[in-house]
Amino acid sequence: MTDPAITESPGSPAGQPGLRRTPLTGIHAGLGATLTDFAGWLMPLRYGSETAEHNAVRSAAGLFDLSHMGELAVTGPGAADALDYALTGNLGALAPGRARYTVICADDGGVLDDLVVYRLAAEEFLVVANAANAPAVFALLSDRAAKLDAVVSDRGDDYALIAIQGPRAAAILGPLTDADLAQVKYYASYPATVAGASVLLARTGYTGEDGFEIFAPPGDATAVWTALSAAGADHGLVPAGLAARDTLRLEAGMALYGNELGPDVTPYDAGLDRLVRLDKAGDFVGRAALAARAQAAPQRRLVGLIGESRRVPRHGYSVLWDGVPVGAVTSGAPSPTLGAPIAMAYISPAVADDAAEGGAGRLAVDIRGRAEPARLVPLPFYRRPA
Amino acid sequence: MSVSEVPEELHYTPEHEWVAISGSIASIGITDHAQQALGDVVFVSAPAPGAKVTAGEPCGEVESTKSVSDLYAPVDGEVTEVNPEIDDDPGLVNSDPYGAGWLFKVRLAEEGDEDELPPGLLSAAEYTALTADEEPGDK
Repeated sequence: MTDPAITESPGSPAGQPGLRRTPLTGIHAGLGATLTDFAGWLMPLRYGSETAEHNAVRSAAGLFDLSHMGELAVTGPGAADALDYALTGNLGALAPGRARYTVICADDGGVLDDLVVYRLAAEEFLVVANAANAPAVFALLSDRAAKLDAVVSDRGDDYALIAIQGPRAAAILGPLTDADLAQVKYYASYPATVAGASVLLARTGYTGEDGFEIFAPPGDATAVWTALSAAGADHGLVPAGLAARDTLRLEAGMALYGNELGPDVTPYDAGLDRLVRLDKAGDFVGRAALAARAQAAPQRRLVGLIGESRRVPRHGYSVLWDGVPVGAVTSGAPSPTLGAPIAMAYISPAVADDAAEGGAGRLAVDIRGRAEPARLVPLPFYRRPA
Repeated sequence: MSVSEVPEELHYTPEHEWVAISGSIASIGITDHAQQALGDVVFVSAPAPGAKVTAGEPCGEVESTKSVSDLYAPVDGEVTEVNPEIDDDPGLVNSDPYGAGWLFKVRLAEEGDEDELPPGLLSAAEYTALTADEEPGDK
């Protein structure tokens, strides 16, 4: 038996010098987590069974350490204008206290990162970037804000980020915070206290469940984590690692940078048309290319596939239509909730249309040399019960 | 991560499989180290009974949440049996890799002497030394 985890990365990540640790790394190690190198950070991949962690988030709640994520502050009288120029979204229209999912594009419309932007005050924004992209996003924002009256600062070291996600998240967090969670809207953030710590409390996440993300001072991370763990024990809360996070977001049809998104992908390819606000005033980086792209016939479409055998379509595998390659899988995994392999893939729009109308026996994924049947389904694979 | 178990009485391959030889029959599975590194096993494709397998050649695959791995035949011979429980409950490979999680059995092509092992297999001590250099997780 061979496995990339075994044969390609010998050596304990914990023993590799240079990996960054979060304020909670010691807690993860104490819980027996399998730690892995993720974008230069030593992060928990799983604590026990990643399937059990996934199911706990769907049925009760999971606790995640996301302190590797990058945080950038954009402040000043020109902060909103700077973000409106730098990003595709209409951030100037965002009310203080609200948050928005958006992307930062290159001149050619390619996606350089996907971001959540929190407007904390009229002249203060917090931009959350993927860990691997945070230095690049910092450089891009600094460059794009240079001619405007705004300051971009790297605040990554000022925050630990803890997420509690799942249908029991509000019940667990409620008694530990001064915030009235019933008043905390989806994609909103509030300054609050959690377990005595002064935090930014946001109702955001990447699992398809209700939940909260807590930006806490690093020195308070252990107190917040420990209090949530204790309060959640009776609710079925478990610590959950990056493996569960990946299958949760895939079921929820959420894009992952490096898989569904990248510099060769425009938001339109990824079905994220709504993130490109061509209607906003003023120029923004990528506008001309994106406006042209909005008018052009799409070259490919992001679709959902369910595998009809038990073999799992993985990143990079070819999608076949009548045996002919028509695209490639971007993410795939065995879905704990559906009990079948699921995948997202870019395929030709014509084939996507045909397959949506019934492609029984014609659509397949080339899984290591064998065509395994698949069917096309609308995204997301999973939507939480209302 | 807990320290992986390496039972003294079994034989091992560098591909993280174990072999238990009883007379002319070799029982085969993957090691505790391997199941820990893979995470939750969701599907195993083992060679069918009657199939001839050749030591060192791929003969099946193990799917886990994050990856898929080839199974290699650790010995030459003919497959006599496949664990009938694994298809319904692949998690047995995680929960009991050396027991209920066995994968398949092979009738050895050449019966060696009592003390003579098929070539290329490692002792528990040799396998432990191999994995000490590549422990998949933190402690």
